Amino acid sequence: MTKPIAEELAKKQKDISVAEFFERNRHLLGFDNKRKALLTVVKEAVDNSLDACEEAKVLPEINIQIVEMGNDRYRISVEDNGPGIVKKQIPNIFAKLLYGSKFHTMKQARGQQGIGISAAVLYAQLTTGRPAKIWSRISPKDPAHYYELHIDTIKNEPEIIKDEEINWKKEHGVKIELDIDANYQKGDQSVDSYLKQTAIANPHATIIYTNPKAEQLIFPRASDKLPKEPTEIKPHPYGVELGIMLKMLKNTECRTLQSFLTQEFSRVGPGTAKEICDKAGLFTNMKPAELQLPHVEKLMEGIKNTKIIAPSTDCIVPIGEDLLEKGLRKEVSAEFYTAVTRSPDVYKGIPFVIEVALAYGGTQPADEPVRLLRFANRVPLLYQQGACASTKSIIQTNWRPYGLSQSQGSIPAGPLTLVISLVSVWPSFTSEAKEAIAHYPEIIKEMKLALQEAGRRLGSYVNKKRRVSDQQERVSIFENYIPEVADALSRLSGVGKEKLAEAMKKMLEKNKEYIQAHKEAHKVEKKDKKDKEEQVKLAGFEDDE
Amino acid sequence: MTNKKPKETIEELGKDLAKEVLSNKPPIMDVPIRALSNVTFDRKTQTLQLGNKKLERNFFNAGHSKRFLQTLEVAAASKELLEVGKHTSLRDVFYMIKRTIPNTKINIVDEQTESDDAIEDLEVLTGLSREQLNINANKMGSVAGHVIVEDKGDELDWSKMGSGGWSIPSNVEEIKFKKVKAKYVIYMEKAAIWERLHEDKFWDKQNCIIMSSQGQTTRGIRRLLQRLSQEHKLPIYVLADFDPWGFYIYSVLKYGSINLAHMSESMTLSTARFLGITADDIEAYGLKKNLIALKEVDMKRLEQLQNYEWFKDNKNWQRQFKLMKTLKAKAEIQALSGRGISFITDKYLPEKIRKEDWID
Repeated sequence: MTKPIAEELAKKQKDISVAEFFERNRHLLGFDNKRKALLTVVKEAVDNSLDACEEAKVLPEINIQIVEMGNDRYRISVEDNGPGIVKKQIPNIFAKLLYGSKFHTMKQARGQQGIGISAAVLYAQLTTGRPAKIWSRISPKDPAHYYELHIDTIKNEPEIIKDEEINWKKEHGVKIELDIDANYQKGDQSVDSYLKQTAIANPHATIIYTNPKAEQLIFPRASDKLPKEPTEIKPHPYGVELGIMLKMLKNTECRTLQSFLTQEFSRVGPGTAKEICDKAGLFTNMKPAELQLPHVEKLMEGIKNTKIIAPSTDCIVPIGEDLLEKGLRKEVSAEFYTAVTRSPDVYKGIPFVIEVALAYGGTQPADEPVRLLRFANRVPLLYQQGACASTKSIIQTNWRPYGLSQSQGSIPAGPLTLVISLVSVWPSFTSEAKEAIAHYPEIIKEMKLALQEAGRRLGSYVNKKRRVSDQQERVSIFENYIPEVADALSRLSGVGKEKLAEAMKKMLEKNKEYIQAHKEAHKVEKKDKKDKEEQVKLAGFEDDE
Repeated sequence: MTNKKPKETIEELGKDLAKEVLSNKPPIMDVPIRALSNVTFDRKTQTLQLGNKKLERNFFNAGHSKRFLQTLEVAAASKELLEVGKHTSLRDVFYMIKRTIPNTKINIVDEQTESDDAIEDLEVLTGLSREQLNINANKMGSVAGHVIVEDKGDELDWSKMGSGGWSIPSNVEEIKFKKVKAKYVIYMEKAAIWERLHEDKFWDKQNCIIMSSQGQTTRGIRRLLQRLSQEHKLPIYVLADFDPWGFYIYSVLKYGSINLAHMSESMTLSTARFLGITADDIEAYGLKKNLIALKEVDMKRLEQLQNYEWFKDNKNWQRQFKLMKTLKAKAEIQALSGRGISFITDKYLPEKIRKEDWID
């Protein structure tokens, strides 16, 4: 008798090592190429630092250094003044994939999956073999800890190479140092650009950055006010998918379906819970753990057919019009700034807020497409601009009334920097790489409304500016023309040139009514032109030489 | 036209404007509008006439100031020419006034059409023709025949000018006719056809004058034709392509053009007749195989011609237009060469004139 096939197969079934996992998913994690890897490593470390500082209510001051070591190898160090990490947790946080605190909560934060920084550590290990170096201190009274860590790629467990107490001048905070294979280039998708944009969306943070060219860039904070701390909320029934529902039912401590619905979800009271159960054809006293798949499908249907009030939106903390404008003002030099924060709205049971800011004029090029800066939960999005909901919203907005040129189906052109920011408990992206915001109609609608409001303000500025410059231009035209007209008229009439020029200058100064409105003049010229066109059209031919 | 001397008329324009300025009034020129909206067809004289509509050109109007300056500059340039008694071309005038205004990037004129327009403005403002302002167009025409003229003291015999013929100057006002021995004048739009007729000594055999230009009829040629028609009572026959262009050349010669409506009196030829090529010629002289298909733009022009007021009630012309529309084709004069190099000289023209086969 031969062995059952299942036993044969079982021999092949084993844990996939994290190294393998990384290799297969590196594009999802932001390590597609060497240039992007550099950005991703910096981004993961900076995101963590900002989140930690805000949670601890400390005004962030982050120091980033990138040193080129030759052969496409770079040493990256990121140091913050956050709360630090307790000794016990250091190895797990930095050297174990999928370990984190944020994945289980519904709360507005930069990171989500607990994969970012450990993936960076793994990338360093796989490309240069060097361990991650970590410094951490939680208070002046406690000692500073120094670790050198590897990841055991078979077991997905931290491998501690060095663990010691050291002297560190920092009172509290974390520093991480990684050696990686990378490629440094300037441009829109560079670390430089990422940090500059981070400074715009995080005006409460000071960022000090030394790039591989040994240029130090300091982005000082524009505000001493920490953003309000976002509150944690329970999921809203509309935002929960089948898989998550199954997991929730399995893990809950509630003993009936009724109490499961009222306790694990927001906006579900006893009445609503009963209605859901009625519509789903389920008993309110069923045990959650005993629900089978067909039941759960019915439950989802019941939720869909029940009117449930939208989730509360006070869990969202937008940047705010005032601070967003300040942030933009300090990093983009322009003539006109404005910012719009919309009221919260909800997509799929998930609350979100859209904010838009713009900076117009200055030295920005007038004939190129406007520069778009996109943010999700204050994190700059540098890739996949074309696929982003923000791009679609901009294209669908008519910018011509606001003084920009725009051809059908494209981004407008003009000396403009446009900021679109999505803040949400769970920002939705088009893919796991978190590079482009998904096209939910609710999100696009809010973006367009915010763009239109900012556009209107821009339009009134541009038009006012145009009026003033038209007036000046008119006066200067006459000032330049008068000597010429005086000269020609003098040759023609024999009257003194100076006398004529003097008389006309006086007229220009005293009698502004001679300077007819530009509009009127324009009208006459237009009519002239129309006449001419009509003439050519009718004649159909050129005649007379 | 005024009886005053051109120089004085121009100076007067300047003095009037200077007077306004010195009495603290904004300088304004009232320029008659040279556009379709101000042109009418006068049935009595059978010419296009400029109406009374005027455009106020105010220097202190941002939309007018440049054109105002251009017109003044042209006037000043013309005054200088008149003072020294020299003539110059339209192109020269463009260069005479072209320069950049100090402190700006603005050129007084950027293209010759701008100075040309300013010259036409000056014409309608003063009632003087361009030639009276000592500004000439390029000469572009040839003539041959048994005619002797005097030009600037030189005596010229149009029958002894070699293969090129006499080249018609742009200003023919001063020319005196000493001897004119001809029964009629044929004017043609193609220089190549003129050369054919000249080589065949057509003017000698048929006792006529042959005249041509290349394409558009210049003012000098129109004026010369008018003088031959008025002073020597010669019939004028137009030989042009069977296409909307050819018809239009005839139309401008006979009735005037919108641009020059202000000088219709000295330009139009109410006696001009269209000799060919006509739709009937195509049948009669077997030109069918040399037809060229009409393009869409030709069709459009044809429709415009059909609606011209002076053609509207003309049955003969409407018939030609209709026939061209049905044929959907045009024919060049050169199509006649298909019947033999000198077919035009030996057969076509003598026969047409003998049979009085023309359209009026």
